[in-house]
Amino acid sequence: MITLTVNGLEVAMEEGTTVLEAARFLGFPIPTLCHMDGLSPYGACRLCVVEIGEGPKAKLVSSCTYPVQEGQKVRTASSRVVRARKIILELLLASCPQSKVIQDLASAHDVRQQRFRQEHEDCILCGLCVRMCEQQMMAKAIGFRGRGKTRSIGTPFDIKSEECRLCGGCIYVCPACQLRCTYTEPDKAICGGCANLSPPCVEKEPFDDMMCYMTPCVACEIEKH
Amino acid sequence: MERLRSIDEFGSLQSRLKAARDPKTRTIVIPAGTCGQASGANDLIRVTKRELLERGLTDEVHLRITGCHGFCEAEPSVLVEPRGTFYPKVDVNKMIRIVCAVAEDTVHEDLLFVDRATGKPIEKQGDIPFFKGQTRTLLARNERIDPIRIFNYIENDGYSALVKALTSGDPMSVVAEVKGSGLRGRGGAGFPTGLKWELLARQRSANGKHLVCNADEGDPGAYMDRSILEGNPHSIIEGMLVGGYATGANEGVVYVRAEYPLAIKHLRIALRQCHDLGILGEDILGTGFSFDIKLVRGAGAFVCGEETALIRSIEGRMGEPRQRPPFPVEKGIDGHPTIINNVETWANVPVIMTGGAREFAKVGTNGNTGTKIFSLVGKIKNTGLVEVPMGITIDKIVNDIGGGPSGKSHVKAVQTGGPSGGCIPAERFDLPIDYDSLTEAGSIMGSGGMIVMDEATCMVDVAKYFMNFLEDESCGKCFTCRKGIQRMHEILEDISQGKGTTEQLDLLEELATVVKDTTMCGLGQTASNPVLSTLQYFRDEYVQHLAEKRCPAGVCKELITYCINENCTGCTLCSKTCPEGAISGSKKERHVIDTVRCSRCGACITVCKFDGIEVA
Repeated sequence: MITLTVNGLEVAMEEGTTVLEAARFLGFPIPTLCHMDGLSPYGACRLCVVEIGEGPKAKLVSSCTYPVQEGQKVRTASSRVVRARKIILELLLASCPQSKVIQDLASAHDVRQQRFRQEHEDCILCGLCVRMCEQQMMAKAIGFRGRGKTRSIGTPFDIKSEECRLCGGCIYVCPACQLRCTYTEPDKAICGGCANLSPPCVEKEPFDDMMCYMTPCVACEIEKH
Repeated sequence: MERLRSIDEFGSLQSRLKAARDPKTRTIVIPAGTCGQASGANDLIRVTKRELLERGLTDEVHLRITGCHGFCEAEPSVLVEPRGTFYPKVDVNKMIRIVCAVAEDTVHEDLLFVDRATGKPIEKQGDIPFFKGQTRTLLARNERIDPIRIFNYIENDGYSALVKALTSGDPMSVVAEVKGSGLRGRGGAGFPTGLKWELLARQRSANGKHLVCNADEGDPGAYMDRSILEGNPHSIIEGMLVGGYATGANEGVVYVRAEYPLAIKHLRIALRQCHDLGILGEDILGTGFSFDIKLVRGAGAFVCGEETALIRSIEGRMGEPRQRPPFPVEKGIDGHPTIINNVETWANVPVIMTGGAREFAKVGTNGNTGTKIFSLVGKIKNTGLVEVPMGITIDKIVNDIGGGPSGKSHVKAVQTGGPSGGCIPAERFDLPIDYDSLTEAGSIMGSGGMIVMDEATCMVDVAKYFMNFLEDESCGKCFTCRKGIQRMHEILEDISQGKGTTEQLDLLEELATVVKDTTMCGLGQTASNPVLSTLQYFRDEYVQHLAEKRCPAGVCKELITYCINENCTGCTLCSKTCPEGAISGSKKERHVIDTVRCSRCGACITVCKFDGIEVA
């Protein structure tokens, strides 16, 4: 067991657990966006930063990826952390204002202004969909490509992936694109699941082995019309 | 090439080679690294070979083709041994004359380097101010060694460090030697190399350990690693062999960027020669120690210089940094313990082993031992690679070795450490160059890029340039790095176009601090340095852009106007050149620029011979 203190409270955790788990175990709230139980931690959104260490060596780390260490001193809501979180939320709002998840987070953290040039992006590249597809759906149909400002998510060569089972898991976990990535705008789709518009549950045999997360379900919607 | 089966066989080969060498033989040394070849060294080599053959001089005068010697300003240059005569900016015709002079053992005075201060020619390389101020431990070896001839390296005490390590019989003593030298990682962060080795040596791993040479040099304006790889690849192989013996690793990887074809070629040749000679592979020199090195080419991502991204790239995955801990020394390539050192660090290892740790530590200052190579570029007279002891002041490098500013205006600042570094203003040129002082001043040592800027450099533009670079080169994983850099670039763009506000300046500072704080890897954590350091030292310039809508350096196009002054003779050259047709005026009369049509491209300034165009 590893003993550390979170906001002054001592806690013993199993080796290999993360700072986020330790803080949540004690009941300290840490906002997250790219973290989800059941998926490997990734550390992309940086919302979950906490301050570790003391004095000039104190630094901010993403709690979802940082392992607990003996004698570690964690502060989950120091002024440095709060300031960083606010700027991150401001950046998120500036890029993706239509996301309900981001709106709620910003509101909860008292972000009252957005000082950057307003953009309307569909994706914050949190990677939840990529990990969902790979780790839960065992498909690896989508992935990251490019770097820097041209980084994006998609299927190889931008063609409909043979691996995609149209389960809709990627859409289900997405904090930003729920609105656009449904069957309503097939040409803008990421995974190609909705673009295809062929009812997944009918096409794939046997359907019983598949999980369907698609809400609203493409097949059901089509039948309705 | 016959395989060497024991250390004794190596020893006798080395002494045979040394005995065969006559130090009095006149040798023409032509540096032909990528830089030398680009400026015409290949023609010089061709001409020299022809002349030597035609005149039947092949026995008396030797020719050695080496890697870069560092004095870029004088390329293509020629060095004549043993006199030490240095000829700068040689062309084919000059080369023929030089060959004649060497044959007669004389010197062509008119071809020599002319000292700018005294106006007198200087014959010996060592007397030229550029070389005089340096302590050339690594770069001097580039002069003596033909990189594609392993015997040439062995003859110059090559692989003696390996033999010394192997015969010591105690790997930990080798680690202690490196630790005692105080060598710190030359890649930028300055982690003590000996300590790193010790950590790896203590790791237990059933599946082997790895050593990596990080040759993914990507900083704009930095090329010291390339010069070592091209000029002396065996020193890196030897360093890695010593490291492998000391730490118990038996696999090495040289990760070199694909943009360095000559370095890759020379490394490949060197690796093959080592294999043939039994210096690399199974049972090295009959000692039972096995170590192999493979070469991996980087595909061109700047971020792959970061160690965890580099490891992922070697594994064949996307170059994307990951959280440390676990550090590579615990979990590296394929989960095996791995250490990563920079090219220059590995090249220093043989120096430490042959000369001894104490001798190495004599150079430099306490806590910052040895020499460091900087690539001195920008608005400076003597551009090139300079190797100086740690702790030397910036002033010495810029004004003594570098020869001061290239133009008429004063040096305003130097930018160290590439995109991760910062700008240090001229007022702080008394700052000693070591890891700690530079970090304290808001910059970093980095791998050794040093860009000199004069008054015609706009600091907002500099910050904007680096943000533009990093915007493309960030891996994009951390939201704050990807988006934060884009937003900083956006704000800087606004400021340089005169659209910025004071609130934006505060926001820029706040954002830069948060980006520094919240990103995961070294790239993101240092990405705001160009912005923060220019804000710290050159806030006035930012304010001038905002309040007065003026760019004092005359760089930001939206904030400057071109006009023609009384120097104009009416030669009409500018009006013929102007792509916008914005300049009008009749012959032999002062011309006028239509500031509305003017696109501020600067073409008129380039062609005007009378300093007739002003930027305000």
